[in-house]
Formats: sequence, C-alpha cells, structure tokens
Amino acid sequence: MKFMRSSDAIILAILVVAMVFIGLVNPAFWQMSNLFSLLKENVVIGIMALGVLLVMISGGIDVSFTAFAVAGMYLTVRVMVALDYNGLVLPFMSAILIGGLLGLMNAGIIHRFKMIPLIVTLGTASVVRGLVLGLVGTSNVNINKMPDALVAFGKADLVTLERANGSTYGLTAMIAIYLGLALALHLVLKYTMIGRSVYAYGADPEAAKRVGFSTGRTMMFVYVTAGALAGFSGLLHSSMIWLANPRDFVGLELDVIAAVVLGGASIFGGRGTVLGTVLGVFILVMIQNSLILMGIDTTWQRIVVGAMLIAAVTVTALRDRRALV
Amino acid sequence: MNDTNSTVTRRGLRNLTRGEAAQTNLMLAVVCVVVLVAMAMLRPSMFLSSYNFESMAFFMPELGILSIAMMIAMLTGGIDLSIVGVANLAGITAGTLFATMAGDGGTGALGLGPVTLGVVAALLVGMAAGLLNGFLISVLKITPILATLGTGQVFIGLCLVLTGGPAIVGFPSGWNAIGNGKLLGIPVPLIIFALICIALSVLLARTSFGLRLKLIGTNPKAAVYAGIKRGEMIFYSYMLTGGLAAMAGILLSARTNAAKSDYGASYLLQAVLIAVLGGTNPAGGRGNVLGVALALISLTLLSSGFQMMRVSNHLIDFIWGGVLIAVIALNSWRSWKRT
Amino acid sequence: MTSAPLIELRNISKRFGGVRALDDVSLSLDGARIHCLAGENGSGKSTLIKVISGVYQPDEGEIYIDGQKVGPLDPVTSIAHGVQVIYQDFSLFPTLSVVENITLNTFVREGRTRINWTRAREMAREVLQRLDVTLDLDATVETLPAAGRQIVAIARAMLADARLIIMDEPTTTLTGREVARLFRIVRDLQADGIATLFVSHKMREMLEISERLTVFRNGKKVTEGPIAEFDERAITRAMTGRDLHQGRFAAPDLAGRKPRLELRDVTVGHQAHDINLTLMPGEIVGLSGLIGAGRKALAQAVFGLRGDMSGEMRIDGVPVAPKSVPEAIAAGIAYVPEDRLSEGLFLTRSIRDNAIVSSMRRFAPRLWLDGEKAAAETRKMFGEMAISAPGIDVPVGTLSGGNAQRVMIGRWLMTHARVLILNGPTVGVDVGSKEQIHGIIQELTRTSDLAVLMISDDLPELAANCNRVLCMTEGRIMAELSGHTLTEEALDAALSRTTQGEPA
Repeated sequence: MKFMRSSDAIILAILVVAMVFIGLVNPAFWQMSNLFSLLKENVVIGIMALGVLLVMISGGIDVSFTAFAVAGMYLTVRVMVALDYNGLVLPFMSAILIGGLLGLMNAGIIHRFKMIPLIVTLGTASVVRGLVLGLVGTSNVNINKMPDALVAFGKADLVTLERANGSTYGLTAMIAIYLGLALALHLVLKYTMIGRSVYAYGADPEAAKRVGFSTGRTMMFVYVTAGALAGFSGLLHSSMIWLANPRDFVGLELDVIAAVVLGGASIFGGRGTVLGTVLGVFILVMIQNSLILMGIDTTWQRIVVGAMLIAAVTVTALRDRRALV
Repeated sequence: MNDTNSTVTRRGLRNLTRGEAAQTNLMLAVVCVVVLVAMAMLRPSMFLSSYNFESMAFFMPELGILSIAMMIAMLTGGIDLSIVGVANLAGITAGTLFATMAGDGGTGALGLGPVTLGVVAALLVGMAAGLLNGFLISVLKITPILATLGTGQVFIGLCLVLTGGPAIVGFPSGWNAIGNGKLLGIPVPLIIFALICIALSVLLARTSFGLRLKLIGTNPKAAVYAGIKRGEMIFYSYMLTGGLAAMAGILLSARTNAAKSDYGASYLLQAVLIAVLGGTNPAGGRGNVLGVALALISLTLLSSGFQMMRVSNHLIDFIWGGVLIAVIALNSWRSWKRT
Repeated sequence: MTSAPLIELRNISKRFGGVRALDDVSLSLDGARIHCLAGENGSGKSTLIKVISGVYQPDEGEIYIDGQKVGPLDPVTSIAHGVQVIYQDFSLFPTLSVVENITLNTFVREGRTRINWTRAREMAREVLQRLDVTLDLDATVETLPAAGRQIVAIARAMLADARLIIMDEPTTTLTGREVARLFRIVRDLQADGIATLFVSHKMREMLEISERLTVFRNGKKVTEGPIAEFDERAITRAMTGRDLHQGRFAAPDLAGRKPRLELRDVTVGHQAHDINLTLMPGEIVGLSGLIGAGRKALAQAVFGLRGDMSGEMRIDGVPVAPKSVPEAIAAGIAYVPEDRLSEGLFLTRSIRDNAIVSSMRRFAPRLWLDGEKAAAETRKMFGEMAISAPGIDVPVGTLSGGNAQRVMIGRWLMTHARVLILNGPTVGVDVGSKEQIHGIIQELTRTSDLAVLMISDDLPELAANCNRVLCMTEGRIMAELSGHTLTEEALDAALSRTTQGEPA
C-alpha cells in the first residue's frame, strides 16, 4: 500500500503507459528480440546511473563519470593488450580501482574546497579525458586485438531463443550483473548507516554533522562508489561491444542524469531510490530505442532526451518546490 | 587592500588595486605578462610572430563572448550549459536561411541585405533560446543546471534536425568577412569582442540592470523583499546570455565558413573556467568583464604557447581542467584566509 | 542521590575578537529541574549554550559535571554526559521519515554500521508513547508542522539518554495550544528525571514553566534565583537594564486627519480573516500575537508578497491591491522583514547599494545609474539615521545589528514610504541601539507623517512605542488596547486568553 503512494509507483505507471502506447504504434515492440536488446542497452547506462543516483542523493551532481569510465576501460584494456593478459577478475578489479581512485579525487576536492560539484567534476572530467587521450593514446582497440576473455564474457547469455529462421538471440547475462549491483546498492542505502548518512547529508549537511556523521567519510563513500561503478561499467561496455574506444561516452552524461532525474531523484539531495532509477533508465532507453519503431527519425533523439529531462525536472520541481519567499 | 596611505592619486590606478575583484585582475594581468615573457623566451621566433598574434585575435573572441555569457548567467547564481548549443543553432539557422534565400544561385552571391538578415535571425534565435531558459528557471523554478542541460540537448537536437547531421558549408562572403575580415588592420572579431566588452562592463558597473543582477545573486530572497522583479530580471539575464552565445556562434561559423551541431564542444568547459578564473562567483553576486577578458587572454596565450611546444590538444584539455581545479583551490584558500 | 549539581560552570569567559560574549559567568544546573535562562538577543545566551554543548571552548573558567571537573568539552563528550540541545531550527532531516529522524543519532552514537528498522520503529513508537503524542512514523519530517518537528527533536534527545535538554527559544514557532503541550511534556520529562534549560526572552513562559531563573545582560549574569522571587517588572528590569513604561509614545492629534492605510474585511488565505484596520498618519500601531496568529501573513499580503488576499485596501483613500512588491512600494508601503540577514540585506554589498535598491528608479529612470545622486542621497540618509560606519562604500555585513537595521529602515525612507511595516524592528539589536532605533521610528512618525505598523513579540517594546496595539489570535484581531489600558500586563493577559487546551 505504501508503495502505491510513492513516486516509484508513478514512474512505474508512466513506464507501463509508455510501453502500451509504443506497442500500439508498432506491435514489433513486443517481440522478444526487441525486449532483450532493450534490456541489454540498459546495462551500462544503468550501472552509471546507480553512481549518479548516489551523488544526487548526497545533493551533488557528477559529470565526470563518463571520463572515469573511459579511463577504467581504456587503461585496463591497453595494459591487457600490452601484457597479453587474458583474464577477467584482475582487469575488472583494475577498472574498479581506477574509477574509485578518480572518485576519491572528486571527493577530496569537493569536500576540502567546499566547491560546487558541477564545476569540480567538469574540471576533473577534462583532466582525466585529456590525460587518457594525450598520454595513453587515441586509437581504438578493435575486436581483433581485444582480449578473448573479455569478448567471451560480454557474449554470455542467460537465455537463448531461436527465431523462426533458425538464427538465435539471447538475453545478455550482463543484465544479471546490473540488477545484482542495483540490489546491492539498494540494500546498502536502505540498511547501512553509511547509506543513511548519504540521505542525511543530502537532506541537511549541517544536521548530519550535528548528529555525529563524519561528512568527509560520507562524501568519500559517495564519490568513490560512483567512480568505481563508472570504471566497472566502462570495462563492461567494451567487453559487450568488443571494442575499447577512448573517445567513447562523450555526451552520455546527459542521458544518465536524465534517467536518474526521471527516476525521481532530486538535485537538492535527500531523495531518490534505486528502484526509481532502474525504472527511469528503462524508460529513457526504451523511448530512445523505440523512436525508429514509431517511425521517427533518429536525428530527433537528442531533442527527445532533452525534452524528457526538462519534463522530469519540471515535475520534480513542482513536487519539492522550495518557495523562495 | 591597505591603500589608505597610498599616495597614488590617479583614480584609475587606485581602483585597480582596491577590492577583491581588482586584486584578482591584477594577478591575472601579472599572469598574462609572465606567460608572454616565458613563451617569448622559449619560442621567440614563433610566438612573437605577428601571425601568431593575429590568429589568436581571430579565434579568441568566440570563446571570450561565450565566457562573458557564462558570467552573466553566474551573476544571478545560475549557470548556462546550453551556450554552445545556442551558438551552433544560431550559426545553423543563419546557414539554413542563406541556403533557402540563395536557392540554386549559390550563397556566395548573397549581398549585404541577406547577411544582415542572417545576423538578426541568428541573434533572435539566441534570444529565443535564452527566453526558454529564463522561462524554465524563473517561472517553472527548475535548477539552472538541469534546465540548461536539457535545453542544450534540445538545441543540439534542433541543429541535427536542421542539418541532418553533416556541417553546413558555404556562407555568403559578407558573412565570412565578419569572421575573417579586417577593419583598419584590426580583425573584425576582435573589434566586435572589444565593443561587447565595453558595452557589458558599462552595463554591469554603471546601470541599474547590472546592479540588480548582482543583488539578486547576492541574496535572491532579499532582492524580492527589496522590490526587485527577480523573475523578470532572470528572464533578461538569460536572454542576454543567449544573445551573446548567438553572437559567438555567428563569429564561429563566419570564421570557419561552416556550421555543425557539435562545433566548439570543448568551449563549454573553457567558458566556465574563464568565467571562474576571471573572478566570477558561481554562487552569484560577483563578476566583472575586465577579469573575464584578462583570464581569456592569459589562457589563450598559455594554450597557444603549449601548441607551439607541440603539446597535444588533449593535454591542453588536461591543463584547462587542472587550472580550473587549481583556481578553485586558490579561491577556497583565499576565502579561508579572509575569515 | 548526590547533592552535586548536574552541570556547574565556574567563572566562564569567552571572547570573540574584541567582544566579550561571556564575562566571568557562573551557572549551576541541578538534575531534574526546569531552569530558565533569560536575556535579550546578544546577551550571551547562545554563547553559553554552545559552551555547555561543547561547540565553543571557553577562554577562561572551569566546567564540572556531577561534581567532577571536566576538561574542555567537545560535542561528543557533551552528548556522552547527557547534554542535548534542541536548536531553533531543530536540525532535522526534512526528506527523511519520523522514525529515522528520531533514531538515527542513537544508531550513530552506538557506533552501528547497519540500521535495524524493526528496532528503530519500536524505539520511535516507545519514545513517542512516553511523550504521549501520536505521529505518523512514516511521514517525512518536511510534511510536519513546526510543533510536530519539535516533538521529533525532543523524542530524539530523549532517546539519546539525555539528562539535560537545552531548548533554544522553543516557543517562537508554536501556537498557544502547542506551547501548553510542550510545557506538559517538559514536566513529564522532569518526572522522568530529565532537566530542562529553557532559553527564552518571553516573560509569561518563564513565569509559568521554570523553577529557577537566571538573567543575562551584555555577557554577564545579572541576577539569579527561584522563580518565586521574580515578577515581570523585575525580570524586565534585569533583562533590559531599564524600568517598565519608560517613556511612552504620545498619541498624535488625529483631528481632521484622513486615514493613511485602511483594510476592510481583508482575508489572507487561511492565515488571516476579516481584518479591519485603520492606520492614521503619525500613528504607531502595534500588532501582537503568537507565531502562527497570521501577523506575518497579513503584513506580507499588504506588501504585495502574496497572491491570496481578498477584501479592500486603501492608501490615503485610494484603493490599491498590490500584486507584487514593486506595486506595493509604488503605493507607498515599506516592509522591514523579521529576518534581516536572509530577507533584508545584501551583506557583501555596500551600504549605498543596500540603501538605494528599492528606490533605484529615481537614480536610474532608464538604465543609467546616476552614481553621484545615489551617493548624495545615501549620505543624507546616513546622517539622518545616525549610522556609524566608515563610509557608504563599506559592506553592510561589517556593520553591527543596530547599524544594519538603520540601513534597512533608511532604505525605506529613500522610497518616501507612507506606511512602514516593521516586523521585529529590534530583533538582534543591542540594548543601546534598540532605544536609538525606537527614538528614530518615533521621530520619523512625528516629522514625516509616517504611519507605522509594528509587529513584535517584545511586549515592553510595543507598550513603550505604540499609541495602540492590536492583538491577533488565530487569524483574527481579537483585542485592541490604547491609552492607559495599554500596559504589558494587559497585553500579556490578552494574549494568554486563548492558550488553554492541547492541539489536536
């Protein structure tokens, strides 16, 4: 019953209405292969969105995570290629570590200098992208050079179905990783003190201090986790597309932030749920991918995402309108 | 700030050393000179060539105007992340207009009339974009970050829809003259930039409009209680920002003879950096044109110097980001020292 | 039970720059007692709270807890000794639930890494039961009224094993019935062995709730003793250093004058109903009432800050209906807000900018700001208001409370206002400046035919400066006092009439 009154329920309702509508315009939407590919599209954006959600609950905003994802992915893959290493665990740990350390840098600057997160993360994003492209390289690592283990990992399916013509398609196993991470973050946010401290800090930093939370620790947790998720999602992305492109993810920040806002999180902090974010990501990806199904030219995609972001923030602004005067 | 016993009586000089803004400006002027001298010593033949200065004079104004636009948005405590989108949309609108007017005859033949029309159309597009931002921010009360992030996408999207993807090339020669011409030996873009600087610094320092903007940024609530029409002023400020961004778009497309949806993407970060470096407080209430111009000159000199030393563009991005963070750290240290 | 006091402060001094916020102060608080700390703003009350709660370390003096000398306190040790402070802003988390707000600091204090929601609910339910209040445990705190938030803050303090709860001006945001409930709770706490230190400047409450009273003035303890030894006159004298009814504002001669401001059947949303009010030029009319009585809503509506006013309003006989502040200013209305720092001043801007902001049209008919004229008029105002500052270019943030308030009032002189609404005109102003500000307001009223509406919680201030006082209760004007019937006692009585019973 409580769920029915929450903003998550509203988002779910919007999702259902949108699905029905798209399905009416083009019944091909409901084909299993389409749904599977939609779910696959959710994975990387979704994992990044979990990190952005965390930052937004704490009252900040992060535009550096795509740069961190590139750093985690490209550095790791290049080292793997150079060493001719063909494993899974170490590379993913390295991507997570790279992202986490970069997140630590964000946390340090934001906390120490009490500076607006947007401007700090604009700066760190530029620093990291500049370093990766300037020092490490600008060329893609293509399928022929990509470590086999990564490619094989990205190909893994949970379910495999057969089309009428005999070709097969599957539901990527990566979706399980995404949902597992989402569940883990949900549990951390809901049941641990560090998770609650993020909400507390976002709701009122001063009050959080008075209650006895260490705000430095909270900021560190937020930005390190967000960075680690970004690094991980970067490597996962390259393993899913069998390609490591150091110029990847440019402009993806907006899609992810739009998805999180669509999921009901507030830029003022203290609000936001994992379920809402997962639903928000799904809505965004679904609408982006269904434009063609609905007969709309893809050049409209940016306009649609921008308009969705504006619509979502308008609704949330009306919800938690802080009347000045 | 102990200028009380200063014997300097000339007002200009006194104003230059008084107050926080003036301190920042003095520091920036010193940085300019230091960079200039250092580069001149490292690469005298290349750096000091008139060609180098001329090329800077041609591409600096676009970024400068965008930085001033960013500062205007920051004065009221806002930010405008859509300026690059607005700039490109303005250029593309003009380009599309020219293509329509020229028909099969080719745009090169278009005369002064159509070019003027193109400038007006581009500026109107910029102001309309600003109007949309102002509406979202002051009427719907959306945070400027998210509002302009969203509209920025919409503007870039409109660019894509108008062009279908590739760049629009071939502007009238009159249009190109705005970006590449010279008047009395001075590059036209530089003249435009100088005029904008003068107009804006007078607007901010000597008019009720400028004072009202700064007061809104200092304390938005008190501004309402004091009878300032906050919503209206925020509308005007974003329209001004949009108009300036469109002007930058005119210069960009005129200089390169092309307009595309993703031109100048790196300008956004640089505009934020130059505005903050020039003494603008992103929380609102403080900012001046001279500071922004000085910050622009120092960073342009710096980046031109690095290019000469064969530092890659990517590493220059790294340096821009690093400087931004260093400035944040410095400002934080200075405000900590004051208290 | 030992006879040692719960907390004893001996010869505490605390300086900020050149200002002695606390000057050789000693204070002893016993367990399970209700003690009241009184004093005007700036008397050192808040500094003392922060010394006890460990936010500030004293420059001199010693602190004893349970008879044991303790080193300099920090917030954590102070909490460990059972000291809990409920600040005026409550320090709660608006977007989090009641359960979480009540229990979170206990979990933090116990050093837990996980939160057990079942236990949290039980704890919250139990403590609310002890307080005998029902609240929706799952509601977010932002949806609660101020009184509900205060209950959450008290419940949170109780859970933290408080032995002493310090409440900083706890009644300022409460209605009469809510105050009664708060007092009932404080007495229940006492029965449980928890001491309360009430920090207040409201006479009636001190006399009603406290057992002992300490009065501060200018950083010093002026007097102390059992409450029975005090009456209102004695407390006021101790707090202000002057006697009651000192200098009264003589009612102006209104014969043949036309009303300056008239309100007929004015209703503002749900906050004020059927208000009829006439303000004559030269009058200072007080508006008293508890917070939530609708005073502020009424004043804001007259000043064009609200869109939900109905009824008729006239200025000098001309009907006006200001929909915005600029319209109200054009009609000759001025409003000095209660919270000078957040609603009034631009702290980092100069006195000149702060002064000319509302009359800017005169200095900038189009766009160009006539700097010379603006400076000249600011200097004139500067002299008339007797502002003490190095010049008109200094930031307002560097001024004292009294001088800052003069800039606020001066701003409205420059708009040639005909109706001046003052909300808490001397809140946060030191005693000396206070009298001068009162003098300036009275002088202005006499010389420039201003009509003043003075909203204040400070009953002596109203009694001394107004020729009439209206009492507002739950959105209606219920009483009017003037002439010899206008005394603090009568005001107090008029306000207390509706404070019986608990809120629903």
